[in-house]
Amino acid sequence: MATDTLSNHDAHAHDGHEHHDASAMKVFGFWIYLMSDLVIFGTLFATFGVLATATAGGPTGKELFELPFVLVETFLLLISSFTFGMAALAQNAGDRGAVLKWLAVTFLLGFGFVAMEVYEFHHLIVEGAGPDRSAFLSAFFTLVGTHGLHVTFGLIWIAIMFIQISKRGLDSVTKPRMLCLSLFWHFLDIVWICVFSFVYLFGAM
Amino acid sequence: MRKRNSLKYLSVMTWLTAPLLLSGCGSALMDPTGDIGQGLKSLIITAFGLMLIVVIPVIVMTILFAWKYRGTNLAAKYTPNWEHSNVIEVFVWAIPAVIIFFLAILTWQTSHSYDPHKPIASDEETLTIDAISLDWKWLFIYPEQGVATVNEIALPVDTPVHFRVTSGTVMNSFMIPTLGSQIYAMAGMNNDVYLEANEIGTFTGRATHYSGEGFSKMLFDTHVTSQEDFDAWIDQVGQSSETMMFPEDYNELAEESIDNPVEYFSQVSPDLYENLIRSFKSGQDSHGSVNHGEHNESQEQSTPMSAQAAE
Amino acid sequence: MFGKLSLDSIPYHEPIIMVTAAVIGIVGALVVGLVTYYRKWGYLWREWITSIDHKKLGIMYFLVALVMMVRGFADAIMMRTQQAIAAGGAEGYLPPHHYDQIFTAHGVIMIFFVAMPMVIGLMNLVVPLQIGARDVAFPFMNNLSFWLTAAGVVLVNISLVVGEFAKTGWLAYAPLSELQYSPDVGVDYWIWALQISGIGTTLTGINFFVTIMKMRTKGMTLFRMPIFTWTALCANVLIILAFPVLTVTIALLTLDRYLGMNFFTNDMGGSQMMYVNLIWIWGHPEVYILILPAFGVFSEVIATFTKKRLFGYKTMVWATAAITVLSFIVWLHHFFTMGAGANVNAFFGIMTMIIAVPTGVKIFNWLFTMYRGRIQFTSPVLWTIGFIITFTLGGMTGVMLAVPGANFVLHNSLFVIAHFHNVIIGGVVFGMLAGLTYWFPKAFGFTLNEKWGKRSFWCWLVGFYLAFMPLYALSFFGAMRRMQSYEQAEWQPLMIVAWVGAVIIALGIACLVIQLVVSVRDREKNRDLTGDPWDARTLEWATSSPPPKYNFAFLPAVDSIDSFWEMKQQPGGFKRELATKFEDIHMPKNTTEGPIIGVISIVFGFALIWHIWWLVGVSAIGIFATYMFRIFNDDIDYHVHADEVERTEREYHKRLEMQA
Repeated sequence: MATDTLSNHDAHAHDGHEHHDASAMKVFGFWIYLMSDLVIFGTLFATFGVLATATAGGPTGKELFELPFVLVETFLLLISSFTFGMAALAQNAGDRGAVLKWLAVTFLLGFGFVAMEVYEFHHLIVEGAGPDRSAFLSAFFTLVGTHGLHVTFGLIWIAIMFIQISKRGLDSVTKPRMLCLSLFWHFLDIVWICVFSFVYLFGAM
Repeated sequence: MRKRNSLKYLSVMTWLTAPLLLSGCGSALMDPTGDIGQGLKSLIITAFGLMLIVVIPVIVMTILFAWKYRGTNLAAKYTPNWEHSNVIEVFVWAIPAVIIFFLAILTWQTSHSYDPHKPIASDEETLTIDAISLDWKWLFIYPEQGVATVNEIALPVDTPVHFRVTSGTVMNSFMIPTLGSQIYAMAGMNNDVYLEANEIGTFTGRATHYSGEGFSKMLFDTHVTSQEDFDAWIDQVGQSSETMMFPEDYNELAEESIDNPVEYFSQVSPDLYENLIRSFKSGQDSHGSVNHGEHNESQEQSTPMSAQAAE
Repeated sequence: MFGKLSLDSIPYHEPIIMVTAAVIGIVGALVVGLVTYYRKWGYLWREWITSIDHKKLGIMYFLVALVMMVRGFADAIMMRTQQAIAAGGAEGYLPPHHYDQIFTAHGVIMIFFVAMPMVIGLMNLVVPLQIGARDVAFPFMNNLSFWLTAAGVVLVNISLVVGEFAKTGWLAYAPLSELQYSPDVGVDYWIWALQISGIGTTLTGINFFVTIMKMRTKGMTLFRMPIFTWTALCANVLIILAFPVLTVTIALLTLDRYLGMNFFTNDMGGSQMMYVNLIWIWGHPEVYILILPAFGVFSEVIATFTKKRLFGYKTMVWATAAITVLSFIVWLHHFFTMGAGANVNAFFGIMTMIIAVPTGVKIFNWLFTMYRGRIQFTSPVLWTIGFIITFTLGGMTGVMLAVPGANFVLHNSLFVIAHFHNVIIGGVVFGMLAGLTYWFPKAFGFTLNEKWGKRSFWCWLVGFYLAFMPLYALSFFGAMRRMQSYEQAEWQPLMIVAWVGAVIIALGIACLVIQLVVSVRDREKNRDLTGDPWDARTLEWATSSPPPKYNFAFLPAVDSIDSFWEMKQQPGGFKRELATKFEDIHMPKNTTEGPIIGVISIVFGFALIWHIWWLVGVSAIGIFATYMFRIFNDDIDYHVHADEVERTEREYHKRLEMQA
């Protein structure tokens, strides 16, 4: 076989797999990206953990956090993960209209989440509890803000997918992208649950 | 050819090191003047020796194998497909592992016995000196004697000294090489190092952690003296007309200066050291860094947000 | 309008900088002029700048690295000159303001813009060929990674002429790097150069990890991968896990400086110890990102030139994996003197020493590969033997530093400087130069001149020992790192020896440049048509040199470790036969978006450094828009037609026959 391997081939088996391989590789690559993103959040959580008590005479989490407000935020995001799941189901069924509908709902919920976060940040800064007040607040704004930025990028991505799917339907380009987006969106959900528990719940206790 | 090179190199090295050896001060680390330094010296030599057990054979084998199995030496055995030997595998894992095992024991023990935070057992009472790193000089406080100096200290011989180390500015590190261990100086934090000098003389101490423009000249003399000379030195410092009050005098001293001359202060605010550390924790602007005004100004320029939220 | 930038930002009064800038300007103008004169802009754009070909990207990475090595080395020789002069109260010729920038720039450039591009460049050139792939997993991203790295390089070089570079040391320890103590733009240059190139590196890590995991040719199981690919895989795992930490650390410092936050400030609750921890949680794996691929190079070189299988392949792989894991739990050994408790220090000290075990095993395995071999003393082999001896010494001093007690007196001294140059020059640089010589014929189709290669080696080896052994000695006399001047006149002779060593290394670099020039001149004489000039063992040598853009007309199948070697050992040997029937090959198209995003990133970084906010906005939108263009562009791949493949292969065979 030795001399054959470079000049002969089993090309059919290979070519048939090529497209499938490409999208599987994309999704795999996206998983790896998520792992590196996880390291980013892990580092930020660690930073927050180190600085959680470094309030420098400023307000503490207990004084600042309003759990009911954050709970509403949390539910918006959790429900948006569910609606994205509906979009994924619709994609599997090949129903383009339903995919677009659920994407739109997801977008609105995500937008609501970001809007509430922006309101919360604005409120804190006006109250004199901005990110420069203490190391604790720096860490808080950065951790929560990084998650918020991710959600914002997710929203932009949803918008782009909305345009692409309405233009070209569910094909070999949009399908793996939707898969990656859904991974991203659920990933952000999981990160938020950690934020909610470690930052807000522990902070308010 | 390499051999001849290295021989020549060695002799040149000896010749070049001569000024160092002749200068009389000797090597700070190999000719220490304190117990801690002495112990660390033997630790370095032991670790070095332990590793030579494997390093020397490796170098010899490298040269030997390279020579013996050179391509032109057709008499040497050639086994192109030989790739595994359980015996060799066991040895190449075991030899480094055993050496590291002994080093690890040594490391565990010496990490504890030479822990800088560990007080030195002695009949003499331990002297406390506070060392504060500033830009770019050292402020030393003798809290028990109530005096302070800049860029000079004196220690009685054979007496343990507890250095409490902090910084009024960036991170730094406090070290008197002939005595032994260094320790970081960090604002808002206290660090400790216990040292003892066993030889009378004057030794250079220094900042070892890069801290900016004046770093290279952030040196101080350490006079190791008899108890009487030490008392005399304290008296001499006590006669200075200068005082070191916190925060006014301190703020003045904390201004940047390079190669600051030696200064004596006959009086020190009680708890200057603690107050300085506390000042970084208050969350207010009460502590005395002179740069601070500048800091706020530049912050305002770059970030409107901070001005808004500072209230 | 221009933020903090004004005409005063240019240091007219510094003759050294102005002359350097003028030389760079003239050389730059000359290059631009020549390219224009020979009408090569179109060629450059089509064949190189927009190329997604991993081989060309590899070459470009190496080119950047070599240019930056000259810049970084210029910094080095300036420092050595300063320390050779500034003894016993003399001030030397560099004031602290300038000297401090130089040692910072030297460290940053050598690690981020010389060592990293060399390692990544070699991975680009070699890994896809070794695993029998036609390209990497994400070719566009590969091009983008290169241009983001190049953007970082450009920003660092701009700092030479516009404004200044950081005066903080290469890791910019806080709080010295905070606005309060470094109000100038130097640290901002540091931040954005590293942040932008760091993102490129992270993308490379993901890209190559996926490439190696998913694109290996038929039959190549993980334990049949060439050892260089193994080390590349481990290095990429380290990149994926460590570089995000650097990204966060720099981002937090950025927030402190730009938004007045308090992560690492002295007051308001900030923690400078956290900065030091974070930067080294990235920093220690980083040195293994550099050294592991170098280990891989030595393994390939030694097996090839001893004409013998690598001794203990599996052990080698497990040792590499062990180092990969251990490299994440040793970071504290960079600051034993911070004042952690004895238990913590001892733990990290012992963990560090444990790394010496797998490393020692590797050394022995190379030795036993030489044992009963037939060693050809080519220059890659010289680099390898030089490495084994030098690196063993460097490893020894590393273990000495890992003993916390010894570290209490050696930390921050020249001992540390000597140690890490001992392992980085003796390990990474020797490895990369060995790799350059070894794989150069694969990239260009002709071998490098051996005479000049060997001269370069001897200069580097002798120069290294002369330059750094004196620093070990001086550290025992209390000489610290980063001293702009020193009181002790008796240190001067050894400092002068170190300077001589640096000059000899300069000769080594000169030999390297001459080697390249001479080799290009004699390229017809040194032409290698077989694609296998060393009678080597792994798949990359099975294709022609330089390989066609699709690497392999038919993807090879393998069933052993040294698969190409085994093919050659079959009865009748290996013949490059021409296939009778060819077929279309699916390939990615070139990209314009990669270089465009790279260029806009330079503007983006520059605007942030100088607080030109409108430009920050414009360039951010530009990057986003370019990326959107890419997303909405479907025209990203094509098929190399079977006829073209056949033509290429026929031509190659014609040349082969003519030579025969």
